[in-house]
Amino acid sequence: MTEPTPGTVAQFPPLAGPPLLGLHEMELNFGPQHPSTHGVLRLVLQVDGERIVSARPDVGYLHRGTEKLFETETFPMVIPHTDRMDYVAASTNNHAYCLVVEKLLGVEVPKRAQYIRVLLDEMQRISSHVLWLATAAIDLGAITPFFYTFRDREVILDLFEEYCGARLTLNCMRIGGLPVDLTPGWLEKVRAFTEPFEKCIDEYEDLLTENRIWKERTVGIAVLDEKRCIEWGVTGPVLRAAGKAWDIRRALPYECYPELDFDIPVGKNADTYDRYLVRVAEIRQSRRIVLQCLDWLEKNPGTEIRGKVPRVIKPPAGEAYACVEAPKGELGFHLVASGGNKPYRLHVRPPSFINLQALPEMAQGHLVGDLVAVIGTIDIVLGEVDR
Amino acid sequence: MTDEKPTPPEIPAPEPTLAKAVEPAAAPAPSAAAPSPEPATTAPKPAAEGAAPAAPAAAAKPAAPAAPPKPAGPKPTDASGKPLIADLAAAVPGAVLEAYEFVGETTAKIAPEHLVAACRYLKDKEGFTYLVDQTAVDWKDRQPRFDVLLLLHSFSRGQERLRLKVAVAEACPTVTGVWETANWMEREAFDMYGVRFDGHPDLRRILTWDGFQGHPLRKDFPIEGIDTGAAIYPDRFPEGGGPGPKDTNRKVVS
Repeated sequence: MTEPTPGTVAQFPPLAGPPLLGLHEMELNFGPQHPSTHGVLRLVLQVDGERIVSARPDVGYLHRGTEKLFETETFPMVIPHTDRMDYVAASTNNHAYCLVVEKLLGVEVPKRAQYIRVLLDEMQRISSHVLWLATAAIDLGAITPFFYTFRDREVILDLFEEYCGARLTLNCMRIGGLPVDLTPGWLEKVRAFTEPFEKCIDEYEDLLTENRIWKERTVGIAVLDEKRCIEWGVTGPVLRAAGKAWDIRRALPYECYPELDFDIPVGKNADTYDRYLVRVAEIRQSRRIVLQCLDWLEKNPGTEIRGKVPRVIKPPAGEAYACVEAPKGELGFHLVASGGNKPYRLHVRPPSFINLQALPEMAQGHLVGDLVAVIGTIDIVLGEVDR
Repeated sequence: MTDEKPTPPEIPAPEPTLAKAVEPAAAPAPSAAAPSPEPATTAPKPAAEGAAPAAPAAAAKPAAPAAPPKPAGPKPTDASGKPLIADLAAAVPGAVLEAYEFVGETTAKIAPEHLVAACRYLKDKEGFTYLVDQTAVDWKDRQPRFDVLLLLHSFSRGQERLRLKVAVAEACPTVTGVWETANWMEREAFDMYGVRFDGHPDLRRILTWDGFQGHPLRKDFPIEGIDTGAAIYPDRFPEGGGPGPKDTNRKVVS
């Protein structure tokens, strides 16, 4: 393993004040239609030859006014809108929103519903990380992982489809529990996928972990150490790759996570390669959690999927914040209720938006060709950045 | 219909119980007045949504027995005695106007002029190194109009979280000097609400485009949006664009 090359950033200190183009510098537009921007991210780069002097993200191309829409809909009607933020991890979005309303209502979710929610979340985490792996590898020219990962992601999406009828915009949770019970035989199908899935993860790792080109492109790229991560509010795998074992599932536990046995993988070098290792390790941990949920659900058959929720949902006036560990980091909903049947104000704390803010610092001093690695390493979804 | 009955007793309830210490009691007053005309038309919908399997006619009856748990909602309690709040009040005199605890979350209301000093103290001395979230809330008919909410997290104090709440008219001191991550959060709040963050290094719109007129999350911004031509041809479209204030189709969210 080659050592990360320190010092490249120090050569190009951040510019103070408005950027002035020097004799050797050029301004370059990157995006918004560039395929490696994973949507519609635009970056205005200042380059000196091939080196990035500064990068300025320009977001908002996908802004749909979701937070304004929230205020016009009753509490249950908000859930499908949350699907459309991080559309590759819809179940965690549903989950965070339901948690904040349940917190204000004081509703207790039945144990069985908690386990099914966690099961869905962890399957979603696997599918989201696997999608990240596919796209990040393609960005760097490795197309083969895409075929392997999409083969497995397809199975997860089929399982989601069988449970709730949708593959991406799941709308699979309700305030106080779940919309529907599991279909007969669904748990066996999940088990049939999850148990041999360990081998699939090994296949991904065979392709990339010791791949020399992959390491050349990722080791030492986009370093952001723990202190800077916290300063920028960066959470999720990026923070853990910097060595901080902080995961909301453990730090601020929700649902049945305290009863489940899993580890928090951490990295050392805070670079793109370590983030890759952390995400692959998280896929393995999610698989462990899925198996534990399956064991519990098979041992405790039942039909209870929803707690006692009033027919008209009118939380008491006040503020509440609830968060979950989404695949991309801390996803929180900040709810201000006024006692009516609609949220007075519902603010989303999207991990992609906050993590993207650290991009200029990560990109500085790198080659333009490495910028796609820098964008990929944060794992952004523009639907969530722009809302 | 089921929606209508509980409305009157429920709204006044918080005010006497929360008496002096509590901010939400003061805040909902304008808001409570605003949503009440709305449910009259929309009420049947949520009832059906919440109880999809049940017949709407039958749904009306069982709702009445479901009423008892309602008064047992969470109530804010005074938290000014908490060591953290007491320390903050002692370190930055005049900063803490009031503090309360609600659904397990502590909120401190901070005087705007002391916000930066309070944040500095909390970050440096109390270990709140991580700014989780910052946003604004529009209380249309209240003076001062906006609340700026900040949510802080401390890794060293056993994962403790603290919410700061600042009531501002239109200008709020920036905390970008304390946490760099506040940069985009404040830009978003500025874009959506028009709250000016004094001292912010780069206060531009972030989600809408440069030249956009109005602030979309304000309660008096029309829900159907404004004509985007307003941004490009300001001379041909009235300021604010779209349906004018006298237009009967104009809907205002409250």
